[in-house]
Amino acid sequence: MNCEQFVEQVTAFLDGVMDPAAERRFVDHLAECDGCGTYLDQVRATVRTLGDLPPENLPPEARESLLAAFRRTDV
Amino acid sequence: MGLPGDEELVARLRARDEAAFALVLDSWSPGLLRLARSFVSTGESAAEVVQDTWLAVIKGIDGFEGRSSLKTWVFRILVNTAKRRGKREYRTIPASDLGPTVDPAKFGGPGDPFPGHWLELPAPWPGPDQAALDGEVRAQVSAALADLPERQRVVLTLRDVEGYDSAEVCAILEISAANQRVLLHRARAFVRGKLDAYFTDEEVAR
Repeated sequence: MNCEQFVEQVTAFLDGVMDPAAERRFVDHLAECDGCGTYLDQVRATVRTLGDLPPENLPPEARESLLAAFRRTDV
Repeated sequence: MGLPGDEELVARLRARDEAAFALVLDSWSPGLLRLARSFVSTGESAAEVVQDTWLAVIKGIDGFEGRSSLKTWVFRILVNTAKRRGKREYRTIPASDLGPTVDPAKFGGPGDPFPGHWLELPAPWPGPDQAALDGEVRAQVSAALADLPERQRVVLTLRDVEGYDSAEVCAILEISAANQRVLLHRARAFVRGKLDAYFTDEEVAR
């Protein structure tokens, strides 16, 4: 495996869906290549930052009108 | 915040228990809003899509069959609501979504001593752990997310922003695992590339 192939396998590797032989080639390359180690770290850091984006809330009026709509649908 | 299990939740919603509705409304609306934003451009229309979704949930809860989790069902309603607005189709990957995710010019060509290897190793970012907490970095990531093609943005939002696993995302979007992975892979590589450019430029500026 070379670096160009490595970068295309990162998501499959992180999801744990590579077949065992391909995964071994991936890990073997990782052990030998600092550049690809850095690349993998950067993808992980990207994923962490995405997970860290602040949430937004529904406007209070929208929340109230939905609660009212729920109340109206009495069985 | 712990939500009751699906069985209890569904029973309470069907019994028109308003506290249960408020609970799911408050727990899931932030995630729904974020997902809606990956389909529509303005905050107002995202809020409208979320409202329409909840109205459909209220109407449809008696018919919920429990073939997926309640949350997945609600998120799927949002996707369908948003898609219906824009008549979007997610089932297939267009040709533009294939091909390399890292500029081939960064790797040695066939004539180079190390074909397919980095010509210049990626430079480590300043403290990647700390970077995750940095507001400026977060702003870069938000901007990159907004720049993504819609289908990639939807998958990335569900997987990495909202933390769904691959099977859940496939269930919500009704796409195959392979399609899901291609979209996720391209989206991550794009955002990583934007961050890399940001860190590299900043270093030049210093």
